[in-house]
Amino acid sequence: MGKLYVSRRSLLKGSAAAGVAIAAPTIFTSRAWASDFTNKPTGSSVTLGFNVPQSGVYADEGADQLRALQLAVEHLNGEGDGGMMNTFSSKALKGNGILGKKVEFVTGDTQTKTDAARASARSMIEKDGAIMITGGSSSGPAVAVQALCQEAGVIFMAGLTHANDTTGKDRRRNGFRHFFNSYMSGAALAPVLKNAYGADRKAYYLTADYNWGYTTEQAISQATEGVGWETVNKVLTPLGAGDFSSYIAPVLKSGADVLVLVHYGGDMVNSLTNAVQFGLRDAQANGKNFEIVVPLYSRLMAKGAGDNVKGIFGSTNWHWSLPDDGSKAFTKSFGTKYGFPPSQAAHTVYCQAILYADAVERSGSFHPCGVVEALEDFKFDGLGNGPTLYRADDHQCFKDVLVVRGKEKPESEFDLLEIVEKTPAKQVTYPHDHPQFAGGELGTCNAGTA
Amino acid sequence: MDVIILQVLNGLDKGSAYALIALGLTLIFGTLGVVNFAHGALFMLGAFCAVTLNRFLTLSHQVVDPSRTDFLGNPLKVEVRYIEEWLGPEIGGAIIDWSVPLSILLAIPVMALIGLAMERGLIKHFYKRPHADQILVTFGLAIVLQQIVKYFYGANPIATPAPEAFTGSFDFGVLLGFEPFSIIYPYWRLVYFCFAIVIIAAVFAFLRFTTFGMVVRAGMADRETVGLLGINIGRRFTVMFAIAAIVAGLAGVMYTPIVAPNYNMGMNFLVLSFVVVVVGGMGSLPGAVAAGFLLGILESFASMSAVIDLVPGINQVIIYLVAIIVLLVRPRGLMGRKGVMED
Repeated sequence: MGKLYVSRRSLLKGSAAAGVAIAAPTIFTSRAWASDFTNKPTGSSVTLGFNVPQSGVYADEGADQLRALQLAVEHLNGEGDGGMMNTFSSKALKGNGILGKKVEFVTGDTQTKTDAARASARSMIEKDGAIMITGGSSSGPAVAVQALCQEAGVIFMAGLTHANDTTGKDRRRNGFRHFFNSYMSGAALAPVLKNAYGADRKAYYLTADYNWGYTTEQAISQATEGVGWETVNKVLTPLGAGDFSSYIAPVLKSGADVLVLVHYGGDMVNSLTNAVQFGLRDAQANGKNFEIVVPLYSRLMAKGAGDNVKGIFGSTNWHWSLPDDGSKAFTKSFGTKYGFPPSQAAHTVYCQAILYADAVERSGSFHPCGVVEALEDFKFDGLGNGPTLYRADDHQCFKDVLVVRGKEKPESEFDLLEIVEKTPAKQVTYPHDHPQFAGGELGTCNAGTA
Repeated sequence: MDVIILQVLNGLDKGSAYALIALGLTLIFGTLGVVNFAHGALFMLGAFCAVTLNRFLTLSHQVVDPSRTDFLGNPLKVEVRYIEEWLGPEIGGAIIDWSVPLSILLAIPVMALIGLAMERGLIKHFYKRPHADQILVTFGLAIVLQQIVKYFYGANPIATPAPEAFTGSFDFGVLLGFEPFSIIYPYWRLVYFCFAIVIIAAVFAFLRFTTFGMVVRAGMADRETVGLLGINIGRRFTVMFAIAAIVAGLAGVMYTPIVAPNYNMGMNFLVLSFVVVVVGGMGSLPGAVAAGFLLGILESFASMSAVIDLVPGINQVIIYLVAIIVLLVRPRGLMGRKGVMED
């Protein structure tokens, strides 16, 4: 006689299966973009969160980002001269906010620290109802905030973050990067360095001790070794060390004839100044002139370091003196409002804000999964970098990379860098599973909970 | 050999700053018995005396130059400095160039006033309180001072260059018979070291060879007896606090060309200077100076890549490691006296 016997264990199994079955439809509806998502704007306005360093070693960059983002908000709301919205290839934005909702913003201070950046992003999402987070000037916080935005179900439009990890091993479906990365710097710089300094060079690396430093050191050393250079030594230095003299002093004795300073912002200003004070630029090594290379350059750093940057090679994402219409429009708009030209940090976050708003308009909804879909494999032009692709595989923008050099005879206080070469996007493109980017998964888009 | 000389030299400038700050700390501790956590802030305020004078000297107004254009194509507005306008570009330019050494003249009265105000206004009320209370109140004061500076000057480092004459570097290697470029040392760091030696010598001479110094030393040894002799030792100790503030301030002024100052610079030095004081021995002036230079040089050696390869991360912990060992072997520090902070 068959007897229906239900054990406690099989009951549990059964209810778990039932639970999955009940939950399944929600998964499908969220794929189909359910009407509920984190911080869905309900009133007549929409809030964006600007998470930038307002203190710490990258505070200069953060201040400039905030200026550019305020300008982007004005342009989105139809105030001012419209800036790069006029030159942008997509014409979805109408200058009436985003989907007719007035753009408002809140700001947070990342302090260039991972925990502070996460705390301020969380506060903007939970307390202020920010639907998108952008800004930031360091890869440590960028990776952390990107993961947070993924969990919370909002879009993260990364600011100035150059480490491969942001769109490499730490990539996320909800996160996008307009800025270029360490690999691209290496690929663009190596041929230029070979032409300028020859193939027989010995390089010494001083590297900032966090994820950006590691990936940049790896990218530059691999690329330069590819053109025949030798890597003599790699030394990690603490972020914000202030005085780098004890790291600089042994360089000349090491047998190296090139010093690569993998430092950014205030750290780069200090380490380069120390290097010049210790006579590295006047020195001879291995019968050649000793040279210094700064992989990631910005005008703000060049300003801080003064005369010390003259003749030094580096790469940059954008420069205000570019002759295309987008760059000219942005420089004019920014320069008229603030009295000086924008930095690359300002440019990238301005682009990110415009690209986000445009993606919302094109998808017709603030739903993060719709925005993700609109941005993936999106091709655009007119934002200062020429034709650009937002690759779907890793959410990295592919565009030309600028190799620059500190100008010997600046014509004004802003005219500090000269563009040596514009490396075409094709030359810096790599497969998304390239070893320097391996181990990451975008995962699925998260719209969060209402 | 040349590598060792290089690192010793390199440790001297940092060691000078540690020694100067630690000297002031010990002076205050030895006389007033106060653990002054605001001492790093005094170093920072000194540095901002230099920044302020530099700002003041470079005050300017805009003149439109129609023959040139700016980056937007508008007529260029040129900044004209008042001092160059009044005194001519040569004298005016030279004064601006020498603004850091000139700041010493500003820093001495300013730091003395700040020191007096701090001691009379706040710290005086905490003499009889436990050390924990003193640490809390002075640490709080340091944070307040930092935030005031941050409010007026922003959070970014402010580049304050040394005079043109000292911008280069000196090739010690050639002097000692090594290859060229083997031992390079910037001129200003040499100036800083010499300056520190002069200040330290002046403080020691003041304490040893003046009547005022003698009374202070007597007061440090036995405050009660000196008081019974009818000497107002409290007033003299207040003056010593002001002197300690001046020493820290001058250390800050001269340090500005080495590392661009920001509001937070004092905190980095404060923690290390306390380690210096503890290693040197609480209340011992020669101990503080010796330990300052010793730890500066050790830190410099630990940053050598050969050493880092051997023990990764040693550059960040060496000072604390040495402090632990010294305290285990000599619990009163290198030159500490019996009975200090042991009641």
